[in-house]
Amino acid sequence: MALAEIIQDEVPLGSVRLTLMGQSFVALPEGVLYWPDEATLIVADLHLEKGSSFARKGTFLPPYDSRATLGRLERLIKSLQPARIIALGDSFHDVAAANRLGTDECAVINLMQQGRDWVWVSGNHDPYPPEALGGRACDELSIGPIIFRHEPMAGAKGEIAGHLHPCSKVRGRARSVRRPCFIEDGTRAILPAFGELTGGLNICNDAFSSLFEQPDAICIHMLGDRQIYSVSPSHCRPDRRG
Amino acid sequence: MDESQTTGQGTDLPQIFQDWFAERGWQPRAHQLDLLARAHSGQSTLLIAPTGAGKTLAGFLPSLIDLYREDGLRRKPGMAFFGPHTLYISPLKALAVDIARNLEAPIREMDLPVTVETRTGDTPAHKRQRQKERPPDILLTTPEQIALLLADKNAERFFNQVKTIIFDELHSLVVSKRGDLLSLGLARLFRHAPEITTIGLSATVANPQDLQAWLVPQNREHGEVSEAGLIEITGGAKPDISILETEERLPWAGHTALYAIDNIYRQIKEHKTTLLFVNTRFQAELLFQELWRVNEDGLPIAMHHGSLDVGQRRKVEAAMGTGSLRAIVATSTLDLGIDWGDVELVIHVGAPKGASRLAQRIGRSNHRMDVPSKGILVPANRFEVLECKAALDANYIGAQDTPRLHDGALDVLCQHVLGMACAAPFQADDLFAEIKTAAPYADLPRATFDKVMEFVATGGYALKSYERYAKIRKTEDGTWRLTHPRLAQQYRINVGTIIENPTLLVRMTSRKNGRVGRGGRVLGKVEEYFLETLEPGDTFLFAGQIVRFEGIRETEALVTKSAADTPKIPSFAGGKFPLSTYLAQGVRNILSDPKTWNSLPDQVAEWLEIQKARSVLPGKRELLLETFPRADKHYLIAYPFEGRLAHQTLGMLLTRRLERMKARPLGFVATDYALGVWCLRDLSSMIRRGELSLDALFDEDMLGDDLEAWLRESFMMKRTFRNAALISGLIEKRHPGKEKSGRQVTVSSDLIYDVLNEHEPDHILLQAAWVDASTGLLDIERLGAMLKRVKNHLRHMSLDRISPLAVPVMLQIGKEPVFGSADEMILAEVAGNVSPLDDLIEEAMRL
Repeated sequence: MALAEIIQDEVPLGSVRLTLMGQSFVALPEGVLYWPDEATLIVADLHLEKGSSFARKGTFLPPYDSRATLGRLERLIKSLQPARIIALGDSFHDVAAANRLGTDECAVINLMQQGRDWVWVSGNHDPYPPEALGGRACDELSIGPIIFRHEPMAGAKGEIAGHLHPCSKVRGRARSVRRPCFIEDGTRAILPAFGELTGGLNICNDAFSSLFEQPDAICIHMLGDRQIYSVSPSHCRPDRRG
Repeated sequence: MDESQTTGQGTDLPQIFQDWFAERGWQPRAHQLDLLARAHSGQSTLLIAPTGAGKTLAGFLPSLIDLYREDGLRRKPGMAFFGPHTLYISPLKALAVDIARNLEAPIREMDLPVTVETRTGDTPAHKRQRQKERPPDILLTTPEQIALLLADKNAERFFNQVKTIIFDELHSLVVSKRGDLLSLGLARLFRHAPEITTIGLSATVANPQDLQAWLVPQNREHGEVSEAGLIEITGGAKPDISILETEERLPWAGHTALYAIDNIYRQIKEHKTTLLFVNTRFQAELLFQELWRVNEDGLPIAMHHGSLDVGQRRKVEAAMGTGSLRAIVATSTLDLGIDWGDVELVIHVGAPKGASRLAQRIGRSNHRMDVPSKGILVPANRFEVLECKAALDANYIGAQDTPRLHDGALDVLCQHVLGMACAAPFQADDLFAEIKTAAPYADLPRATFDKVMEFVATGGYALKSYERYAKIRKTEDGTWRLTHPRLAQQYRINVGTIIENPTLLVRMTSRKNGRVGRGGRVLGKVEEYFLETLEPGDTFLFAGQIVRFEGIRETEALVTKSAADTPKIPSFAGGKFPLSTYLAQGVRNILSDPKTWNSLPDQVAEWLEIQKARSVLPGKRELLLETFPRADKHYLIAYPFEGRLAHQTLGMLLTRRLERMKARPLGFVATDYALGVWCLRDLSSMIRRGELSLDALFDEDMLGDDLEAWLRESFMMKRTFRNAALISGLIEKRHPGKEKSGRQVTVSSDLIYDVLNEHEPDHILLQAAWVDASTGLLDIERLGAMLKRVKNHLRHMSLDRISPLAVPVMLQIGKEPVFGSADEMILAEVAGNVSPLDDLIEEAMRL
């Protein structure tokens, strides 16, 4: 049975169900959001070719980030078989990134797009997503009560966004653990960055407080190795710096 | 060698120097003259001597005489440039400054035509620039400055007149990556000035030949090791060391030794000047605080540790120099040879962890060789009593337990290669040949060197996608050249191998109307990870006072005065040095031999007696394992005595295996002496029924697949990798004041680690990190040796309740990091809780 069918009935092990504007979504431990009613997979901030982008300036990050990111996405698509994929912007680390993608990587993207609606939402790193790679590009996308855009806007309702790379930190008895997370309050959600080599911004940062008007309604869903841990914001600690 | 004294007649000593000695009522010592003769005949030499033997003067004498004789010859009018004659390299900036002060006297008094200057990270830029154009005769500096000068375009001109290089505290330099970098620098210096004579000054070590080899160029084509000569002074009076006697109750666990505070104070009162050594800053703060609590005579007692504000430290150092202090509480910042005047007594609070380390620290008292140093050990808990006893025995027979030297680190080599490219274009063959003359790299395979070259050029990935961005590139004439001058600048900013923990300034401010003010005095700096354990409102000890943590503002930790009486005691206070294998063996010997117990304090002997009655004491070669139930959990306690790092690794591997054997382990805790794992299933009955084999559990094969699998996720491995990534230049260091704010722009090394592990597991940096971890944070080497030793020597006791020997490690549960939980458990536990362990002691000691 495909994972997508399981999701219709119950939440698969390790995932959590969340409701936005009355619509039911499933947050998966891989850091993506699935919308069963629309058979839509939502993924944010792939940052493809970040490695080569740094290499241009003399920092030789491992050149495997694109294939790793796409590999994980491919596995998810195989098990979910979504009808639609929405890449929430910053899919490419810079405007020339798509040209630097290897032929293997391009082939994987084409394969994933076969028979599916593929949407590149534009982001600040990729203001003009390369439609040459297939799929359609747009600045925002509305489906029912939900609007998809890269950068979250203050006061928005029903918005699903990326851009901020949310991370949260909780403290154990001897040290703390910092992980990427979903942050949502029932009216809007921000996804963790999916790309390999992408860092994160602590959800205690001011950038989040201006977006979530009702602090009591905020839920944090941290990514564990195989499951999501939902924690209260009161357990989340700021970073000490940066 | 006998420490006889001579007049210096018939030696290399010029009249003016003989007179100078005579005027002071001194006589040159035999080893000083010996070293002088060897240096003047061009023989590099290692001088091993205890403190107080006039080691420093011995080291400089050949240069001073040389410069005196050469006066006028060296500086010919019209000569555009003359480089330094002598380099003095020390691991500590402060030491360079101290030496400069000490050299001033003889130079002034004999009116020698010699200029001396220091060059450290603290030297102002304009002075450093001037030094490059007009260097002094004697340059006192640090390993990092040597690396910087060697990467300069004018390096050859600067160094080609060097005659002598003096390495101070060589025993401490060679065991670190700084030593590796310096050895590569030395290889290059020998190339600029082949006639250099090296002089190494060192405390007593177990294997002098390692240091002798380090000092001279190697050529291992024929398998032979070249060595410098050796002068070793073993004379001097034996130190008089004892373990503090106390009527107080000896603690079961912990590292503070506060039970002994009254006894310690009494010792301070009875001696003119006392130096109190502790292992960590926390211990220093706590001891200092408690000493002042009982200091009813108002004795001048001060504190010195590396986190205090520099101004504060200088004040303390000055006061110590003038003899106006009665006692000083210090951490290892004072381990090295700074002259502290007349210390009558050294008190070591907490166990010394190594016999050689103890000898070096006790040697701080009575800076004269003919008078015995006096030292007192204050064990902080019962196991430390055994350790102190073992250290005392070792000291009595003069045993040394400094470690053997390891091969040079590859991340350091990566940094060095880039530095050499900054200096000048090079042929790969030439550089390889030069590198192999450095002792730590003498056996470097060419294939590894080639991988290092590729790493420097393009990151060294199997996937060759970065060729067009290469940092160094082979040109038509066969030389490798830097591709952009900006890279040389980058190299200069990132040079060095010291990766400091991120720290924040601690600023004392005031509260007004419930708000925290802005200004205030800086007290010093504190590690970020320590602050992570604090909530605003928590109190902690810093710079001798209890302060209240208010929060972080930018890169500063704001604190206010606190009226609190007891500060929060940090959970981790044990210090970073693992127990040496030699002392570990000593502790096992004591445990296995009840005849030796009569020299132990009664409480400790009683503890061991009850252990003997209730369980068993392990034989010299045995590994004792105890299993017992407590509350709703089942414990397995092992007593390897191999140090906390090796135990942590063992704990990780054991929990993995216990998981597989379906014992349902929940976590573990490690101390220097023991390791405790707790499980949901009844281990004793699993063993009885044959479901769990201890022999299989402790088999050496755990260092195979299990280790690899675990390492991939180990955060200690990630930390090790981070250091390698920074030192090798893969990612740049964070620089104070230049941190990016807001969204991280730098890429975290953890992410790089994960990607590499998955896609290129044999990448050179992963190799480098693995080697580091096996001797460093994970201590796999030692664990491997232990598993081999105890094979077929496991001694298992199935008990109905906790044993006396198990109490110390059980008390650490909840205080030390619980590694079994790893990240996932911490996440899961955020909502959970842990039952406290109480009444342990009564339960354990009941017969």
